[in-house]
Amino acid sequence: MISPLMLRGLWAYRGFVLGSVKREFQSKYANAILGAVWSVLSPLAMILVYTVIFSEVMRAKLPGSESHMAYSIYLCAGILTWGLFAEIVSRGQSMFIEQANLIKKISFPRICLPLIVVLNALVNFGIIFGLFVVFLIVSGNFPGLAFFAIVPLLLVQVLFAIGLAMIAGVLNVFFRDVGQFVTIAMQFWFWLTPIVYPATILPPNVRPLLDWNPMAPLIQGYQAILVHGTAPDWAGVARVAVLALLLCAFGMRLFRKRAGEMVDEL
Amino acid sequence: MGAITVSNLGKAYKTYPTRLSRLAEWMLPFRGARHSLKWVLREVSFQVAPGEAVGLIGINGAGKSTLLKLITGTTQPTTGGVTMHGSVAALLELGMGFHPDFTGRQNAYMAGQLLGMSAEQISALMPQIEAFAEIGDYMDQPVRVYSSGMQMRVAFSVATARRPDILIVDEALSVGDAYFQHKSFDRIRQFRKEGTTLLLVSHDKQAIQSVCDRAILLDGGRLAREGRPEEIMDYYNAMIAERENETVRLNEAADGKVQTISGTGEATVADIALIDGSGARVEVVDVGSAVTLEVRVKVNAPIPRMVLGYMIKDRLGQTMYGTNTHLKDLPLDKVTAGEEVVYRFAFSMNLGPGTYSVATAIVSTETHLVNNYEWRDLALVFTVMNMRRPHFEGSAWLDPTVDIQRT
Repeated sequence: MISPLMLRGLWAYRGFVLGSVKREFQSKYANAILGAVWSVLSPLAMILVYTVIFSEVMRAKLPGSESHMAYSIYLCAGILTWGLFAEIVSRGQSMFIEQANLIKKISFPRICLPLIVVLNALVNFGIIFGLFVVFLIVSGNFPGLAFFAIVPLLLVQVLFAIGLAMIAGVLNVFFRDVGQFVTIAMQFWFWLTPIVYPATILPPNVRPLLDWNPMAPLIQGYQAILVHGTAPDWAGVARVAVLALLLCAFGMRLFRKRAGEMVDEL
Repeated sequence: MGAITVSNLGKAYKTYPTRLSRLAEWMLPFRGARHSLKWVLREVSFQVAPGEAVGLIGINGAGKSTLLKLITGTTQPTTGGVTMHGSVAALLELGMGFHPDFTGRQNAYMAGQLLGMSAEQISALMPQIEAFAEIGDYMDQPVRVYSSGMQMRVAFSVATARRPDILIVDEALSVGDAYFQHKSFDRIRQFRKEGTTLLLVSHDKQAIQSVCDRAILLDGGRLAREGRPEEIMDYYNAMIAERENETVRLNEAADGKVQTISGTGEATVADIALIDGSGARVEVVDVGSAVTLEVRVKVNAPIPRMVLGYMIKDRLGQTMYGTNTHLKDLPLDKVTAGEEVVYRFAFSMNLGPGTYSVATAIVSTETHLVNNYEWRDLALVFTVMNMRRPHFEGSAWLDPTVDIQRT
C-alpha cells in the first residue's frame, strides 16, 4: 500500500510535515488575541447549542436515562468524533487543490500532504477531546477501564477517513464536482448517523438502513463506551475496519497511479 | 557527484475534448484512450558533467521551465528520463509557499523544511542565513510587511545555505536590487569554484556568458543548438531578430570561432578594420592608443533610414561598449542600392589587455528588432596589449592620477 520509497520520503521530510502541522495551528490563531483558546471555544459553543436545543428546548432525553448530563455526554461522544472524521474527509478532498502552487513548483514527497491533514485533525481533536475527558473525570462520569476501547475505534475511524480523503482528494483534482458532492454528502451523512438522536427513536422499518452506514457502528461504539461504560459492538467495528483497509488500499493505488498526472492537471 | 544526464526527455500534456471524456476513459479503459497529447518538450538529450556550468536559453514557451521541472522532479516525464547524482538545490520559485503572517525566520524554517532539512539543521544554519540576507530586524517581522526584494533575500539565503552538488537557477536572480544580485551571483560563483554543477536559465546574456562553460538553446520544445555560450547567445539573438523569415548563416572562422550573420540583407558589412594613428590596419593595439574603427557598408537595396551600430565584446562575450549612429544622431536617410558608405569611429582604446571582438548591426532604429538588415557577430577580432604602461588589473583602462596626503 505504501512503498518503502514513500516511507523514506516521509522520513526525510518529517521536519516539513511536523513544521506544517505546527504552522497551520499557529496561523489559525496568529492574529487573534485569544489565540488557541478559540480552538476550544468553537466546539464548546456547538455542544452548548445542541445541548440546550435538544435537551432543554425539545425535552429530548435518552431513553432509559433520566439525567440531562447523560444526553450531553451522548452528544459529545458523537459530535466530537464525527468532527475528527469530517475534518479529515473535508480537508482531504481539497488538500491537493489547496496546495496546487507548492505541488506544481516544488519537488517534495506529495504523500506528506495527507499526513499533514490527518495530523492536524488529530491535534484539533486531541485538544477538544482531552477537555471532554477532563470534564468526564471531574463530573464523575468517567467510564473507567472501558474507556480504552476508544483507541481501536479511533484507529478504525481515522483509517476509514484517510481512505475516503485520499480517494476524494485525488478525484477532486480531475473532477471538481467531487469536492462539491463530498461537502453535501457529509451533511446528509451527519444526520443519517445517530449522533444527536439515539437510534432507538428511528421507526423500526428504517433502522436496518443503519447497517449500511459504516459510521454508525463507530459512533454507537463511542456512545456505548462513554454513556453506558459498555464495550462497542466489535463485530460491527470489524466490518468497518475491513472496509477502511480496502478504501485505504484503493486510495493509495489511485494516488500512486495519478500523482504524476495530477501535477499537470493542477 | 553532481552529474546530470537527460536522455530523450519528452513531456506531453493530455487534453480531453470534454470533461466527460476523461471520466469515460477512466471508467472504460478497454474502450481506448480518448485524449490527445500536446507535446511541449520532445527528444531532449544532454549531459552536464560534474562541476560544469550550463546555461539554458530559449524564448518564452520554448520549454525551459518544463525542462527544469522535469529535471527537479516536480513533474513526471512522458518519455525518457533524468538521472542525477548528488544533492540538488533548485532556485526556481524563490519565496514559494511563504506565509504572509509568519516572520521571516519562521518562513525560513518552512522553506528549509521544504528542502528536506530538519529544524536542527536549519537552526544551525540560521546565523549564516541571517547574515547573508542582511535584512536586520525584519527577520522577526511578518513577511507581509516585506518588500518583494526582502522576501527574495530570505528565500535565496535559505536555498543556498548549504552548498549543493547541483544548483539549478531559473531567472530568479533578476529580482532584487543590484547589490543583492551581485552578492547572490558571487555566492553562485563561489559554489562553482568549490565544484558545484550549475544549470542556469536566463535571458540575461551577461549572466550566461560570465558563468557558463556551455549553453543549450531550446526552441519549440526541442534542443536547437548546444555549444559555447557566446556562440549560442549570438545565435539566439539572431533568432530573435529572425521573426521575419530571414536566414541565419554561420561562418566558421579560421580560429574555430563561429561567426553568426543574420538579417534581411539590404546592406552588408563589406569590410571592417581597426586603423592606428599612422593609418595602418592593426590587430594588436596598445592600451590607451588612439584608433579608428573603419566599417565599409555595401548597400544592396534602397533603405529609407540606415543606422550602423557596433559592440565591443570581451573574450566571454560580455559587452564592453556599444553605440550606433542613431544614438549619435547621425542616421543616413534614403540610401540607394549600389552605394558604399564608410563609417569611421575614432576613439582611444581604453580597454585592459585581452582579446576582444566587434559585432556590427545595420538597422533602422536603435534596436535590431524592428528592421535587421544585417547583424554580424565576431566581425572583427583584435587584441589589446599593455606595452608602455605599468601593470594594471581589469578589462577597463581607468588610469587615475594619485594624490596622497600624510599627516
